[in-house]
Amino acid sequence: MLRYTLLRIVGAIPTLLLVIVLAFLMVHAAPGGPFDDERALPPEIEANIAAAYHLDEPLPKQLLRYMGGLLQGDLGPSYRYRDYSVNELIGVGFPYSLRIGASAMALALLVGVGAGTIAALRQGTLLDRVVMGFSMIGISIPVLVVAPVLVLLLAVKLHWLPAGWSETGGLRHYLLPVITLALPQIAYIARLTRASMIDVLSRDFIRTAYAQGLGTATVVRVHALKPAMLPVLSYMGPAIAAILTGSVVVEEIFGIPGLGQFFIGGALNRDYTLVLGIVVFYATLIIALNLLVDILYGVIDPRVRYR
Amino acid sequence: MSGNRTIKVTGTLLLLITVMALVGPWINPNDYMTMDLDRILRSPSAAGMHWFGTDGLGRDLFVRTMHGIRVTMLVAIVASLVSLVIGVAYGAIAGFVGGRVDAVMMRLVDTLYALPFIFFVILLMVAFERNFLLIFVAIGAINWLDMARIVRGQTLSLREREFVEAARLTGVSAARIIFRHIAPNLMGIVIVYVTLTIPQAILVESFLSFLGLGVQEPQTSLGALVDAGVNQMERAAFTLLIPATLLAAILMCFNFLGDGLRDYFDARHSQ
Repeated sequence: MLRYTLLRIVGAIPTLLLVIVLAFLMVHAAPGGPFDDERALPPEIEANIAAAYHLDEPLPKQLLRYMGGLLQGDLGPSYRYRDYSVNELIGVGFPYSLRIGASAMALALLVGVGAGTIAALRQGTLLDRVVMGFSMIGISIPVLVVAPVLVLLLAVKLHWLPAGWSETGGLRHYLLPVITLALPQIAYIARLTRASMIDVLSRDFIRTAYAQGLGTATVVRVHALKPAMLPVLSYMGPAIAAILTGSVVVEEIFGIPGLGQFFIGGALNRDYTLVLGIVVFYATLIIALNLLVDILYGVIDPRVRYR
Repeated sequence: MSGNRTIKVTGTLLLLITVMALVGPWINPNDYMTMDLDRILRSPSAAGMHWFGTDGLGRDLFVRTMHGIRVTMLVAIVASLVSLVIGVAYGAIAGFVGGRVDAVMMRLVDTLYALPFIFFVILLMVAFERNFLLIFVAIGAINWLDMARIVRGQTLSLREREFVEAARLTGVSAARIIFRHIAPNLMGIVIVYVTLTIPQAILVESFLSFLGLGVQEPQTSLGALVDAGVNQMERAAFTLLIPATLLAAILMCFNFLGDGLRDYFDARHSQ
């Protein structure tokens, strides 16, 4: 297990390096400098600014300097928010995104696995078809349609839930963003769970379990659930990426001051270091979580450790 | 619904939407960029031929929506073609050459799978202004991974077939075998996956436009229209509901069509 874990960790390093170098080069290949669109400055001042941000150095040296900073967890200064470092801005925005994202993931797993299991147990019935129909719709309709339509329906028309965001508003304000973010993932996880549950339920050890006189609930909970969860577990990587992307839209619609807002704001203001820093941060997060999923997979299914 | 009927129904719907988007602006006297501040946010009506009403700047929403569908579809189709060319070339080469080259190439695909591509597209948008052409290429460049995998798998089995061996025996070069003998045989599966790539490209485009990073005013796309609708929904819900419904319908049709085509081809293969 230790060997497997170490191999996985070593395998993730090139991916991370690739991301950082690629993102860095992309930003620095941009035509024009980050301070070009402000009023013309005297050349001496321009040179001073360039020197202050090390923009006068050759590109490889800048890259090395950036990587050196990253090793110490330093993403550099923001070009637009003059008094803040990128780290501080991420520190402000990320807690909101994390709370919404983690809640959405938990909700998606709970409801998705539940609905998928029920559909599998009632395979071919009306209930099964209703669940699968809804999940096909859920997969096809993107967050940027679901979110505003839910706001329109539940907040603007029915006044059940608040549409906007307030710092002191409590749990009610989280409900709509979290549900919106979770819906497509619920749909996908339900489909995955149903398919693999049907497969697992047809195996011999399940027949044996039933033959011992166990009830359906016990058979599913004790015997079928763990093997049936493997495809869902391997979907966790893409799901995390989808939730991060969806979070950008949800934060925009609900006005939540999360990391996604900083990212879009940075993109619109051409705040190169902020955007670069957030991409590196997101990428590291996704790679790390993928790694965790891989390792968990090895724990749950020992066969993959020896492949 | 049986596979064949799904294909027919969704295919017809898509065709109808496309024809409507192409012909619509032509039969309606309004155009997509003329503003009229005296008639903003009018509800849909036959008066003034504003079939879908008007937007926050008094522009005709029917023509704008049709225009948006054109832009969205165009971006999606061109982006899918880009991903098709990259994916087929990459997959066919990896599968045909095989061995260590194949292992390295596929390892690279696995690595790229882990990247948050959408954020790279945004990074590109920031670095190179909002260039229309770039949107095509960027979206295409991120969607070729699935295609490369599928094509590689098919090529692996195709290269063992007799007609490839015959070509090799008669001295045909590797490049010519790949592009003249193997690529045509991949068409069926490639068409299926293009149908599934188009909705992904539509999603990326509307995501970018929704955030204000894609198509720029007065040009529009379905994502940009949804974004505008969000800002007006409390006063005029139709400005949100019309483009949102059309976007969802188009995505759903492509997804069902792709699924249907896949089942259809699978059924033919297994016979």
